[in-house]
Amino acid sequence: MQGRRVVVTGMGIISALGNSVDEVWDNVLHGRSGIGPLKSLEHTLLPLKIASAAEVKNYTPAEHFEKKDLDMLDRFAQFCLYSAREAVKQSGIEFTPELGARTAVITGTSIGGENTHDKTLSDLYLEKKGRAHPFSIPMIMPNAGASQVSMAYGLTGPAYTVTTACASSNHALGNAFWLVRNGLCDVALTGGSETPITYGYLKAWEAIRVVAPDTCRPFSKNRQGMILGEGGAMMVIETLEHAKARGAKILAEITGFGMTSDASHITKPSQTGAEHAMINALKDAGLQPSDIDYINAHGTGTMVNDSMEIAAIKNVFGDHAQQLAVSSTKSLHGHVLGGTSALEAVITTLAVHHDILPPTANYQEFDPECDLDIVPNESRSKPINHALSNSFAFGGLNAVVVFSKYRDTE
Amino acid sequence: MQDIFEKVRAVIADKKGMEPAAILITDSFEDLNMDSLDSVELISELEDHFQVSIPNQELLQIKTVKEAVESLTKLVTKA
Repeated sequence: MQGRRVVVTGMGIISALGNSVDEVWDNVLHGRSGIGPLKSLEHTLLPLKIASAAEVKNYTPAEHFEKKDLDMLDRFAQFCLYSAREAVKQSGIEFTPELGARTAVITGTSIGGENTHDKTLSDLYLEKKGRAHPFSIPMIMPNAGASQVSMAYGLTGPAYTVTTACASSNHALGNAFWLVRNGLCDVALTGGSETPITYGYLKAWEAIRVVAPDTCRPFSKNRQGMILGEGGAMMVIETLEHAKARGAKILAEITGFGMTSDASHITKPSQTGAEHAMINALKDAGLQPSDIDYINAHGTGTMVNDSMEIAAIKNVFGDHAQQLAVSSTKSLHGHVLGGTSALEAVITTLAVHHDILPPTANYQEFDPECDLDIVPNESRSKPINHALSNSFAFGGLNAVVVFSKYRDTE
Repeated sequence: MQDIFEKVRAVIADKKGMEPAAILITDSFEDLNMDSLDSVELISELEDHFQVSIPNQELLQIKTVKEAVESLTKLVTKA
């Protein structure tokens, strides 16, 4: 689809892989997974079978936020703000009131302020406290991240939060991309965050029986499921014209966005829905399947998702499926649910920018149903002109974003 | 084993709005119009009832009434 060109000029990230873009990329390059034994719930003596997670390390909230601000910030909103700050810093953008009015903030999260929610319920049910904290509502609301970012920078354009389970951040990014491309805004701060590591929420994941006992091994025959992670990532995206006018360094271009709904089953993914989301993204970008060099897969590490996704890729890409590389970086940063595609967007942008394929870590055993180049365990160099980032959520909601190498052509 | 079969039958009958007698040991979950999420729900309820725990990987392999009964019988006998 024709429209204004949209480029990425700044990125911020906090995750089990590190708390800066450089640290995360170094760990991606070396295939060092951030998944490990679950630590942050060690204080609870309640029974929990989930033993591994991808937790953020070396993060002390008071080092990044004033006490009065922290009192209003759930961990997921902290991660949103933390990564927005990094993104704004990298982009070098300065917001005037006029530019703020032309800037959108679109974030993704599946559950919002889960830490506050869990504590509120435990205070009421277990501690028998007679009242909830008066800030509970503005801390729990899933749009708190977007609102906090818009307040921090005086961004008065459109701001909202998309919640579509594990595709939330791709839907957010795609929406932000379309707003900027179509002239409704000139700049957007977009991405998402999730902090799902609470006792109550992990028990709910334990019950649905899709979490692996040790680690996440996407596309490996002995894969046993996903590993939950926490984190956030935000990007500054803007029109090419705006970026050029202020002399910004351009990291990559966003060229397409496609989405579909399976309309079939609440948890079992449909191959057709995944295929059409990829096809729609390619059409939106004006690209042919043969133009794609790399796919950052949804790749959860469950038996059902990974074989479905590979079959969908084969159907969409035909013979070219054998030429492209497909990896799942969830093996590195875990499944950060509504924030996961924001992390994957940062990694895909870096892959396109540096011409390096991120690996699928923890890979052990060939699965004939996942017989594409899944970049096992080690990153490697390859020219990447165009890449897809796939997200296929519970609820059957699919979102795919296309990242392209920036070239200074009209 | 017969007791366990009767309990499996009763839980499925309750969830699917069927007569217990209509559920046969030879039925697959698919025959009973149960998808993977239904089977997780069924097995979880049976685990609670019999106070046992079936590992995720084993649970994913259970696709028939007979397999559910056998898996539970093995654990109940062990306990």
